[in-house]
Amino acid sequence: MAVVFQKPKALADIPMHYCPGCTHGIIHRLVAEVIDELGIEGKTIGIAPVGCSVMAYNYFTCDMIEAAHGRAPAIATGVKRSDPENHIVFTYQGDGDLASIGMAETVHAAARNENITVIFVNNAIYGMTGGQMAPTSLPGQITQTSPYGRDPKLCGYPIRVCEMLSQLEGPEYLERVTVNSVANIRKAKKAIKKAFQNQIDGKGFSLVEVVSSCPTNWGMTPQAALKWIDDNMIPYYPLGVYKDRTAEQEAAK
Amino acid sequence: MAEKVLMKGNEAIAEAAILAGCRHYFGYPITPQTEIAAYMAKKMPKIGGTFLQAESEIAAINMVYGVSSTGKRVMTSSSSPGISLKSEGLSYLAGADLPALVVNVQRGGPGLGGIQPSQSDYFQATRGAGHGDFRMIVLAPASVQEMAELTVKGFELADEYRMTSLILADGTMGQMMEPVSLDITVKPQPEKPWAVTGTKCARFHNSINSLSLVPEELEKFNSDRYERYAKVEANEAMAEEYMVDDAEVVIAAFGIAARVSKNAVNEARKQGIKAGLIRPITLWPFPKEVFADAAKHAKAFISVELSMGQMIEDVRLSTRCRVPVTLCNRAGGMIPSPEQVLAAIKQANGGEA
Repeated sequence: MAVVFQKPKALADIPMHYCPGCTHGIIHRLVAEVIDELGIEGKTIGIAPVGCSVMAYNYFTCDMIEAAHGRAPAIATGVKRSDPENHIVFTYQGDGDLASIGMAETVHAAARNENITVIFVNNAIYGMTGGQMAPTSLPGQITQTSPYGRDPKLCGYPIRVCEMLSQLEGPEYLERVTVNSVANIRKAKKAIKKAFQNQIDGKGFSLVEVVSSCPTNWGMTPQAALKWIDDNMIPYYPLGVYKDRTAEQEAAK
Repeated sequence: MAEKVLMKGNEAIAEAAILAGCRHYFGYPITPQTEIAAYMAKKMPKIGGTFLQAESEIAAINMVYGVSSTGKRVMTSSSSPGISLKSEGLSYLAGADLPALVVNVQRGGPGLGGIQPSQSDYFQATRGAGHGDFRMIVLAPASVQEMAELTVKGFELADEYRMTSLILADGTMGQMMEPVSLDITVKPQPEKPWAVTGTKCARFHNSINSLSLVPEELEKFNSDRYERYAKVEANEAMAEEYMVDDAEVVIAAFGIAARVSKNAVNEARKQGIKAGLIRPITLWPFPKEVFADAAKHAKAFISVELSMGQMIEDVRLSTRCRVPVTLCNRAGGMIPSPEQVLAAIKQANGGEA
């Protein structure tokens, strides 16, 4: 009988620790499928963040590094530059890691057009520590550290990472996707594949922002959380391509 | 006799690192060590290496973490305030058992302090470079020649014991020029089967990691690491002894303080005082035995330091407080004069200061 669905080779066969309804599992799977399809498992080195996906180093079968909070792009820079021809390097980071404590590392890796792939999972909350306000938490969003709702007068506005980085000359490719429906998951995979292919082609810094959910800390059922993405996250974080240098150059020809 | 070249201490470190096979340097400008970065910026592109000016000290040490994870020799350098920023990374390097060479060309502190030479990062280097239980091998050069030799040695020890070697120099060592021989033997680099270089789909994946949520496991990682540290303590402590055999007054000093002190010892001897000098070359491991032996015949120790008195604690511990240990110091970028040290020797010898 023909096998029509199976675990990607690049995904380890061990139980994940993620909460029920969490979208990290889907995103891990997409990354692993892309690694399989591009045939790069043997040369890929992944860098896990601090946060919910801290144990991603156990979930992928390629070589892995666990980074200090926010430092993954700097570590990725070292790994890539140690052998640019033979290392495919990706970071997998959450919003607190990438857009708060690691913002400098993110911006400068992008500005240098560091030839790495960044998977940025934005669920607008610090999940691992129990649901605190993130740099991407929405105005009015209730979290443990914004119990009356995020007040922009008190703590500013959420950061739109793709829009901000798109102002830099450096990066090759920036796209925001989500994984709250089958159609969106397919689009997300396409973006992730492009972000890895760009690195293989030597094009430079490629970041895919995946708008995702956190049913546990949002205090919702998984289904309600996916709908909340559509109703609240996407209006503030519109999906789409924010930079694609190669496409822009093609269009200019 | 090998040819000697006139070099600044900072340049000697850079050249010796290249000699040791280091092809990756990451740094951030800070006085008084920037010549290392400048030298690497010129040299690395010509030999197929990487020089990258990082956006911060924090990024630089994490770039070091990245290269080290792949098994290659790598370094960064900075001065006191910058080393404080690197402390997070130093702890992670220790937690992941990664080798690295870090250079601290010290300046006066705390805070922004000044840009003149200092030895006031002794505690930071030997006790508390970051959170958690860990040690670094701390090497204290006292000449431009030693800046070069200890850089090579630092890489070798780091690889052998999978830990960070820290060159604890100061502004004078970094800036002064002396003739140097770069005819330094470099041992072959060891295999690093733990490195992440891609599995080639031929082995189980390696992971470089300092996280361990099971306390029994984390305790064991710490215990294993400390077994390695015990070997370093047993095998790697180094000191120069100068006229110590019959000395009644023994000076403890490293780096520039030791050079000043040697002059004072010579003068004291001329005046009939049995003075000597122990110059620790490794500050961790501290050469305890040398001090314990000297304490058998000395009647006093003097710790000469460019700080408010930090190494003096190790001198007291190593001599088990059998004899009095006094402090002769300047701080904030000032350097003790030979006369000041001679006066301290005379006082310790029971005479007038």
